[in-house]
Amino acid sequence: MTTLFTNARIIDPEALTETAGALLVDSGEVKEVLTQDADIAAKKLTAVNFVDCGGKVLAPGIVDIGVKISEPGERNKESFRSAGLAAAAGGVTTIVTRPDTLPSIDTPETLEFVTRRAREAAPMNVRTMAALTKGREGREMTELGFLLDAGAVAFTDGDSVTTNTKVLTRAMSYAKSLDALIVAHPQEPGLSAGAAVTSGKFAALKGLPAVSPMAERMGLDRDIALVEMTGVKYHADQITTARALPALARAKKNGFDVTAGISIHHLTLNELDVADYRTFFKVKPPLRSEDDRTAVIQAVADGLIDIICSMHTPQDEESKRLPFEEAASGAVGLETLLPAALRLYHNDQLTLPQLFRAMALNPAKRLGLASGRIQKGAPADLILFDPDAPFVLDRTRLNSKSKNTPFDGAKMQGKVLGTWVSGTRVFG
Amino acid sequence: MTFRQRHLLGIDPLHPTEITEILDLADKYVDLNRQSIKHSDVLAGLTQINMFFENSTRTQASFELAGKRLGADVMNMAMQASSIKKGETLIDTALTLNAMHPDLLVVRHPHSGAVDLLAQKVNCAVLNAGDGRHEHPTQALLDALTIRRRKGRLHRLNIAICGDIAHSRVARSNIILLGKMENRIRLVGPTTLVPSVFSEFGCEVYDDMNEGLRDVDVVMMLRLQRERMDGGFIPSEREYYHRYGLDAEKLSKAKPDAIVMHPGPMNRGVEIDGDIADDINRSVIQEQVEMGVAVRMAAMDLLAQNLREGVV
Repeated sequence: MTTLFTNARIIDPEALTETAGALLVDSGEVKEVLTQDADIAAKKLTAVNFVDCGGKVLAPGIVDIGVKISEPGERNKESFRSAGLAAAAGGVTTIVTRPDTLPSIDTPETLEFVTRRAREAAPMNVRTMAALTKGREGREMTELGFLLDAGAVAFTDGDSVTTNTKVLTRAMSYAKSLDALIVAHPQEPGLSAGAAVTSGKFAALKGLPAVSPMAERMGLDRDIALVEMTGVKYHADQITTARALPALARAKKNGFDVTAGISIHHLTLNELDVADYRTFFKVKPPLRSEDDRTAVIQAVADGLIDIICSMHTPQDEESKRLPFEEAASGAVGLETLLPAALRLYHNDQLTLPQLFRAMALNPAKRLGLASGRIQKGAPADLILFDPDAPFVLDRTRLNSKSKNTPFDGAKMQGKVLGTWVSGTRVFG
Repeated sequence: MTFRQRHLLGIDPLHPTEITEILDLADKYVDLNRQSIKHSDVLAGLTQINMFFENSTRTQASFELAGKRLGADVMNMAMQASSIKKGETLIDTALTLNAMHPDLLVVRHPHSGAVDLLAQKVNCAVLNAGDGRHEHPTQALLDALTIRRRKGRLHRLNIAICGDIAHSRVARSNIILLGKMENRIRLVGPTTLVPSVFSEFGCEVYDDMNEGLRDVDVVMMLRLQRERMDGGFIPSEREYYHRYGLDAEKLSKAKPDAIVMHPGPMNRGVEIDGDIADDINRSVIQEQVEMGVAVRMAAMDLLAQNLREGVV
């Protein structure tokens, strides 16, 4: 059954272009991108379904690496069902989940449970990352081979850093033999212990325990040395400081298989947003200075930072309505990733193709997925959105069970009009 | 009246004229407190609850006395021992108390910002009696009153604050207050306890105490917490005393009429020499305690007035 999307601004993150035209989809795959009026007219005669895009933007669906869905263990915070609704509404067509659940996803059995739950409850592609060490405790590696067979797309201990370098080296070297990807959280844990914000004038004024941004570079430096030693495929989950960028650039220049991501919150907010101890702005690593923020935006534009993610971390009110030091870290982001990212577009800092290179193409490539691009043969994971439509975010209307967004009451632009997964409409 | 605050959460939100107004009123309460009959009824009929989530003897006694002298019904709640241990959150505690209709809530908490959080959830006036490393506004006000009475002014003075600045809410509130009143502030201590970032607040940072005390009008010492003494932030107690303890030799670098202050409780022989602490010509430490009661009376009086007038 063919569907023709007409009158669209089509984003091609591979060629970094946007073109006016139509898109033909059949059997869940992209068949053809059409730019000539005559070709479009011809296809109109044969297509069964039509979607008039009304001149709005048609882009590859977002591939979001590092989403926490609190199953198993904390379904009161988020379930596959609620996360699925949030993702559909936010234009995320592939969720890549984190294993920092209760218990951790560190055996093929829990991985299979999660895969089954995802299939039952979420209407989009769900891929899972498994823990790198048992219980994410940094002592023994998990059954990487079995987990890979069970469908794990990468291995990570989330934001818990494996301090024992011997354990990490062995896990990396074993992962290398399986050609598996390791996702790590670059941070020197000794320096960042107990910290709630980034050190500097703001932290000093508010009297909050703080970590130097240098801790991120130290963590990255260590990890890159181990990558050089083992040759493993390595992805840094979040690079958020200017000081870490030269190390990242050097590693790439030296030909190591290293990529880096960043959360949308670190691209659109800075440390001052915490203001009077607003715990919805407490994330990990903590929000950085404005200088860091502008530096990492530039790094995304240059392609040095490869991937933008939501780092979706549901926390209920009880975990957040506490004094800042005691409050849990993390913010939900599945539904706000796109409108927040569009702030960078409206501020002329990133183009739409650059944004979708970082939100769709690069994460798909990194995980070896065929999605994340609009070209012949790719899965028809698509989103249609109006980048200009203004709205004021009301957190109570989010689909996530947890409403811990830093954008509550924020004026935003960009509304998803439709989301398609393998050609099937799941939103709009 | 220029004081238009609903709460006293810190020095930061205060305008210099509001600070002056509190100090002017406190001066009057100093006189009252020195009479044999020390009673006033400006808080009559009002309920004051002191909630201390962290141990305190002096500050709590000072607030209690201040409330009682002004005629309030004062209740103390030892929060370390109560519901927090049973897992109740700060917000729940606040809502529970709020339902009892207090008028003045005096709160001390070990975490920065906790008093702000609580103030958002209650209908009464909240006084911050110290939150984490953030602020301790009544301490800064009582220090300011002491300085003003001794030096005859509260501007264009050279003031050295010495010791553990990084972990001190007293230091933060004093830096803000003395800065607002246009004094020259020096911070003195080892770099582990006085990070260079404090120079961004318009302070001069010294790691040499002899340099830092040169020609100052006021030497303000801070308490060094026991848990910071060994290894973590300084090599040892005795090395700290040698380099940063206030003794006669270091004090001789200050102006001849410089006063010595300490928020208490003192570690004699760690941050201050016992003889200096007891020197009635230099040390104003006992006077600070006296000013503390007066300043707290003034602050509660002004907040109660605003409460009656419905100031938001």
